[in-house]
Amino acid sequence: MIPASFDYHAPGTLPEALALLSKYGDDAKVLSGGQSLLPLLKLRLGQTGHLIDIGRIPGLEYIREEGDFLRIGGRTRESALESSDLVRTRYPILHDTAKVIADPLVRNMATVGGNLAHGDPGNDHPATMLALGAQVVATGPKGERVIPIEQFFLGLFRTALRPDEVLTEIQIPVPPARSGGAYLKLERKVGDYATAAAAAQVTLGSGGTVERAGLALTNVGPTPIKAADAEKFLAGKRPDAATLGEAGQRAAKAASPSADRRGSVEYKREMARVLATRALRLAVERAGGR
Amino acid sequence: MATHDIRVTVNGTAYDAQVESRLLLVHLLRDQLRLTGTHIGCDTTHCGACTVLLDGQPVKSCTVLAVQADGRQISTVEGLEKDGKLHPLQEGFWEKHGLQCGYCTPGMLMTTCALLTRSKNPSEAEIREAISGNLCRCTGYNNIVKAVQFAAERLGKEA
Repeated sequence: MIPASFDYHAPGTLPEALALLSKYGDDAKVLSGGQSLLPLLKLRLGQTGHLIDIGRIPGLEYIREEGDFLRIGGRTRESALESSDLVRTRYPILHDTAKVIADPLVRNMATVGGNLAHGDPGNDHPATMLALGAQVVATGPKGERVIPIEQFFLGLFRTALRPDEVLTEIQIPVPPARSGGAYLKLERKVGDYATAAAAAQVTLGSGGTVERAGLALTNVGPTPIKAADAEKFLAGKRPDAATLGEAGQRAAKAASPSADRRGSVEYKREMARVLATRALRLAVERAGGR
Repeated sequence: MATHDIRVTVNGTAYDAQVESRLLLVHLLRDQLRLTGTHIGCDTTHCGACTVLLDGQPVKSCTVLAVQADGRQISTVEGLEKDGKLHPLQEGFWEKHGLQCGYCTPGMLMTTCALLTRSKNPSEAEIREAISGNLCRCTGYNNIVKAVQFAAERLGKEA
């Protein structure tokens, strides 16, 4: 399959990329890892006049803790996230996520920024970032602006990014002591989108109760879903089996899946409940709450 | 129609080519450079038959533009055999019957070639994880795993 014709630009700096985006507006798309965009163009589900490849711009691939944030460069490869010791030891939820995205070959090209900016509710990082309370940095012609992740996903394949902006950094608050997270995904086979998946990030207080809980779901609605009701329910409670089970129920209520080859509405909602409960349990365990 | 003059190094040989923006790397290799060892399977980023190494990393060449490879190093299955001698992985696939129809084999070889570069003695689990983006519909994978273990052992002895 061959994409419809387009022009390709490989700017060497971010300002050049932004100038091209300003010039072509809606008729341009940013090419990052290309593992979602190129299949879409090949299948002719999408078309663009100009591809702006950010692959040759230095300084967009990094993973480092700095100040109050873990900072991930927008073009950081999923494979880099997966093999990062910092991520594995300090952000297990991100490690869990990276290793179930597509397959190892795709992860050598695919990028974290692309996974978010594509706006696909089937992608895995959105739920993780919602659970972590992340924010993204969008760089445009007028400079940078910071977008809280809960305001980022507007609809199916629609995000708060403007056509003249590039997602340059993801910022994740450094978790306090006694924090833990997990991402659990049900997939039919390696490389498939989730039938359902759940991301949980928990911080425990000194008395062993939940100080903060982040919980979000993948591919059970037109956007990634933040299970706000379940999060609120958990705050201040002891994370025992009954409480986590109730939180899972509430998360499933927030889901609005549609039926497809991966399952019926009822099945997906039930899987969302099971995965949310299990992800919470694992997050609590990793937070040191047994 | 936008075209670009690019230079890619494939298996150590530099090639200059004029490519359309939308030309895929796998088509550059097969149709313009006539290196047909790299196969096109599903053409939808699933099967891994088209796997090549881009600057040493295995990627699906049906999901990379040729122009993205400008100035970079590519390794394909044609580069594995040296001076008429099979690569230990190729020997392994021969000895352990790691293929039947052979369609997935070039991709399997390139993926596992990258694996053995970064991990000298991979466990069975590591091998299975590494090839999880390469589909084989003949072997059931067991003999592919054995072939990679054979090659790892052979390479260990040579070192």
